[in-house]
Amino acid sequence: MAANAVETAVRTGRLTRALIYAALLVFAVYYLLPLFVMMVNSFKELDEIRGGNMLALPELVTVAPWIKAWNQAQIGVQPTGLAPYFLNSIKMVVPAVIISTLLGALNGYVLTKWRFRGDTLVFALMLFACFIPFQIVLIPMARVLGFLGIAGTTWGLVLVHVVYGLGFTTLFFRNYYAAFPTELVKAAQIDGANFLRIFYRILLPSSGPIIVVTVIWQFTNVWNDFLFGASFSDFDSQPMTVALNNLVSSSTGVKEYNVHFAGAILAAIPTLLVYIVAGRYFVRGLMAGAVKG
Amino acid sequence: MSYVTEHGRYLRGWAQQALPRLVLAPSFAAIVLFVYGFIVFTVYLSFTNSRILPKYNLIGFENYEKLFALRHWSTAVENLVIFGGLYIAICTAIGLTLAILLDQKIRAEGVLRPLYLYPMALSFIVTGTAWKWFLDPGIGLEQTLQTWGWTSFEFDWIKNRQMAIYTIVIAAVWQTSGFVMAIFLAGLRGIDNEIIKAAQVDGASNLKLYARIIIPQLRPAFLSAFVVLAHMAIKSYDLVVALTGGGPGRATEMPATFMYSYTFTRNQMGIGAGSAVIMLMMVAAVIVPYLYAELREPHRGR
Repeated sequence: MAANAVETAVRTGRLTRALIYAALLVFAVYYLLPLFVMMVNSFKELDEIRGGNMLALPELVTVAPWIKAWNQAQIGVQPTGLAPYFLNSIKMVVPAVIISTLLGALNGYVLTKWRFRGDTLVFALMLFACFIPFQIVLIPMARVLGFLGIAGTTWGLVLVHVVYGLGFTTLFFRNYYAAFPTELVKAAQIDGANFLRIFYRILLPSSGPIIVVTVIWQFTNVWNDFLFGASFSDFDSQPMTVALNNLVSSSTGVKEYNVHFAGAILAAIPTLLVYIVAGRYFVRGLMAGAVKG
Repeated sequence: MSYVTEHGRYLRGWAQQALPRLVLAPSFAAIVLFVYGFIVFTVYLSFTNSRILPKYNLIGFENYEKLFALRHWSTAVENLVIFGGLYIAICTAIGLTLAILLDQKIRAEGVLRPLYLYPMALSFIVTGTAWKWFLDPGIGLEQTLQTWGWTSFEFDWIKNRQMAIYTIVIAAVWQTSGFVMAIFLAGLRGIDNEIIKAAQVDGASNLKLYARIIIPQLRPAFLSAFVVLAHMAIKSYDLVVALTGGGPGRATEMPATFMYSYTFTRNQMGIGAGSAVIMLMMVAAVIVPYLYAELREPHRGR
C-alpha cells in the first residue's frame, strides 16, 4: 500500500517503453482536458465561445465571467453570484469537519484500546452506515430537522454531515490506533493516567497523519455533497454545489458558459487546493475507505 | 472532581470504567437513531399510503406492486444496470491498465499519478458542468471538430434518448477511473518481486507473467474496486442531476433520481420510500458480505 514500495521487476524493451510513455501521456491529456477546457473558456467572451474552438486560448482575455460568477450572477431569484453560497459552504464545512473528526478519534480510541464485549458489532454497525444510499434517510431526516427546529439552517446540515461522516472518521482512527502499541496504554494506566489523559497525552500527539487524512476526507466529502444540500437547505444555508447547479441549469436567458465555468472552478478550488497541497493524504484516505475494514 | 471519601473513590472508579463506553455512546446512539431508526421508519413508510406527508396506516405491499409496474421505475433500473455494468467494467479496465503501465519504473510517475487522480477531488456537480458542455453538440466537442474541418463529425449522445445514458458513463469513468488505478497500483506494489523474478528465470513472457501470475494475485484489489464502484453506481445522483437532469425525457433516470422526484416533487412518498428501500437492499447485497468477510478475520494489533 505504501506509495514508495518497490516497483515491479518486470523488464521491458525500448519500443515497449516508448509505447507505455505514449499511452500514459494520452491518459494524462484525457484527465486534464475537461479542466483545461473549463479554465480556458472561463476567460473568453461569450461570442468567442460560440464561435467554435473550445481548445483555443482566449483571443481576448477577460475576467468579467469570474466577477460575474462570484458576485453578480443570477442564482435562484437573486443576482448575488456564488459568494454567499461559498460562505455558506465554509460555515457548514468547518464545524462539521471538526466535530466529526474529534468524535471519530475518540471512537477509534475506545474501539481499539478500551475494548468491550460486542465492540466489533458496534463498529460493524457504524461501518455499514458509511455505505447506505442516503435516499433511505431523507424523509425521516427532513422530519427530524423540522422537529429540532433546524430545518433549512447551516446547523441542520452540520448535524447531518457529522452523523453520516462518523462511520468513516471512526474507521480511519480505529485502523490507525489498532497499530498503536497497546503496551504503552497499559503502562500509562499502571502509572495512574486516566482515560482522557492517555488519549491526549499518548495517542493524540502521534495522530498527526491520520488527523490530516480524516480532515481532508471529511472536508472533501462535505464540501462536495449535493444531495443533503439540495434536500435540507434554503437560501441562508445553501451550499456551493447546490448554487452552482442552480446557476448552470437555470433555463432563463442566455446560457453564459463562461460564467458557468468560472463558477464551477470556484466550487472546485477549495478541494483542488487541498488535493494539490496534501494529495498524498487524500489518496491515503481514499484507500483506507476502500480497502481495509 | 476531588472525591476523597471512600464513596467518592468508588464512584470515580466506576466512572473511569464506564467512561470509554460513555464517550462512544453519543456516536453510537446517533448512528442507531439516524441510520437504523431512519431505515426502519422509511421501510414502514413504504407500507403506508403516504403522499405529501407521512401517514401511518399500513396498506401492505401496494407501493411495491405499483413501483414494479411503473415504466418509470423499470427505466431507472435498466439504466442502472447499463450504467453500473459499463461503469464498473470500464473503470476496472482503465484502472488496471494504468496501474500496470505506471508500475514499469516510470520516471514521471510522481507527476502522472496525481493527474490521473485529481478528478476524485471534484464534486460531481463540477464534473457534470464540464462534461455537459463538452458533450453538447452545438458548442463542445462536435462543434470544435467541425471547425477543425471534420464537418461530418457528429456526437449528439447527450441529446439522444438511446445514447444519453452512455454520456453518464463517460463522465463517471473520467471521475473515478484514476481512483481505481490507485487501488490496483497499491495491489501491484504489494506483490513479492521474488515470485516475478522466479517466473522470469523460467522464461515466462511479460504477457504470460501478467496473465498467469500478477493479475491473479490482485484478487483483493479487484474485490475492493468492485465494491466501491458498485455502491457508487447505485448511489449515483449528483452526476445525473448535473449532466442530464434525468433527461432527455426519462432517458437517464436512475433509482436515486426516481426516489427524489417521487418523494419530493410528485408527492408519492410511499412509492418513493419503497424505491429507497430497494436501493438499500441493492447496496446491502454488495456491502454486507464484503464487510462480513473483512471484519471476521482476526484483527491485527490485538
